[in-house]
Amino acid sequence: MEFRDNKAIYLQIAEYVCEHILLGKWKADEKVPSVRELAVELEVNPNTVMRTYELLQNKDILSNKRGIGFFIAEQAVKNVKNYRKVQFMDEELPVFFRSLYLLEIGFEELQNRYQSFVKETFTNP
Amino acid sequence: MIQIDNLNFGYKKDKLLFNNMSMKLSPGHIYGLLGKNGAGKSSLLKNMAGLVYAQSGSLSVMGFDPAKRQPGLLAQICFIPEELYLPSVKIDSYVKANAPFYKDFDHAYLSTLLAEFDIPANNKLVNMSYGQKKKFVIAFGLATQAKFIIMDEPTNGLDIPSKAQFRKIMASALTEERVIIISTHQVRDLDNLIDTIIILDDSKVALHASIDQITDKLCFKNIRNLDETVIYSEPSLSGYNALLPNYHQEDSRLDIELLFNAVITDKEKLKPIFN
Repeated sequence: MEFRDNKAIYLQIAEYVCEHILLGKWKADEKVPSVRELAVELEVNPNTVMRTYELLQNKDILSNKRGIGFFIAEQAVKNVKNYRKVQFMDEELPVFFRSLYLLEIGFEELQNRYQSFVKETFTNP
Repeated sequence: MIQIDNLNFGYKKDKLLFNNMSMKLSPGHIYGLLGKNGAGKSSLLKNMAGLVYAQSGSLSVMGFDPAKRQPGLLAQICFIPEELYLPSVKIDSYVKANAPFYKDFDHAYLSTLLAEFDIPANNKLVNMSYGQKKKFVIAFGLATQAKFIIMDEPTNGLDIPSKAQFRKIMASALTEERVIIISTHQVRDLDNLIDTIIILDDSKVALHASIDQITDKLCFKNIRNLDETVIYSEPSLSGYNALLPNYHQEDSRLDIELLFNAVITDKEKLKPIFN
């Protein structure tokens, strides 16, 4: 995993976990990698992964079964979407809008691009 | 687990390297020890391991005074020095001669680490490259199961794959009972591994704070224009890499180099923020 420059590592790891959930790689009620396993895989301090897991537990995305480990919460997909949507609106959209404005890109052009992107990326032939 | 109070230490009587230095290290953390050349990083680590002796002050490592060099403590310390002196023997004989000093020595773990680090088993230690020697010493040190791991510039001499391997091994080596302290100039090698930063400067601890505490109080970001709120900045391609007070509770990523330069340039500016 490549870490970007500006965002706290524990949040970048949260995004990584959320993406795994949205893509269906990790499913509801499944056990996620232990704090140590994920720390080793991502080459980060286990305390950082712990902070990520605690954050996701507070958002009802992970649940902690004491003594067994962390699991994907039942409503994880819904909660990930809520959590990521707020983040996207607050952080990514203003940057995107700024470029749209500066480069004078219209919504029609954008919509066409968006539709072909979805078609190419997410529909299986 | 490690408590240092008012430590005074110097190699010459009239010139102190540490002046009334105090600090406390707790288990379950990886401390990054930073400082300019000659700031005393290695000397502090040697004090903790009982390899040099302080003029005054007290130093307690797991309840022991390291200067007394009692076996009970030495068996719990893994010290990886920057310069290595290894005997002219093969790995087998080295392990046979040295592992018995550590009652919990894990031979299976040593074999795993040697394989991960890709170290040839049949060469004599003296004939290995600096990087290979370093990897061997790290593997042996971790296999001792010591509770106190001291590493002086561990990534020096490691090739690119070994550095990634080292980070993985250290991430798995941190347990709730262990204290790991690593001195380094190669902050990018260890960036995400360290959870607490200690900066030595001017014979004192200039900063001792966890990454969470630092990013709670400070914000690291790229800005286009400087203003009076900026604590420290360096020019970058798209403006400035800046260190600001964290007014808006932003969760930014710690830039250790920027923080280090800020501390070294102007300690007084950061002091009120952390006190």
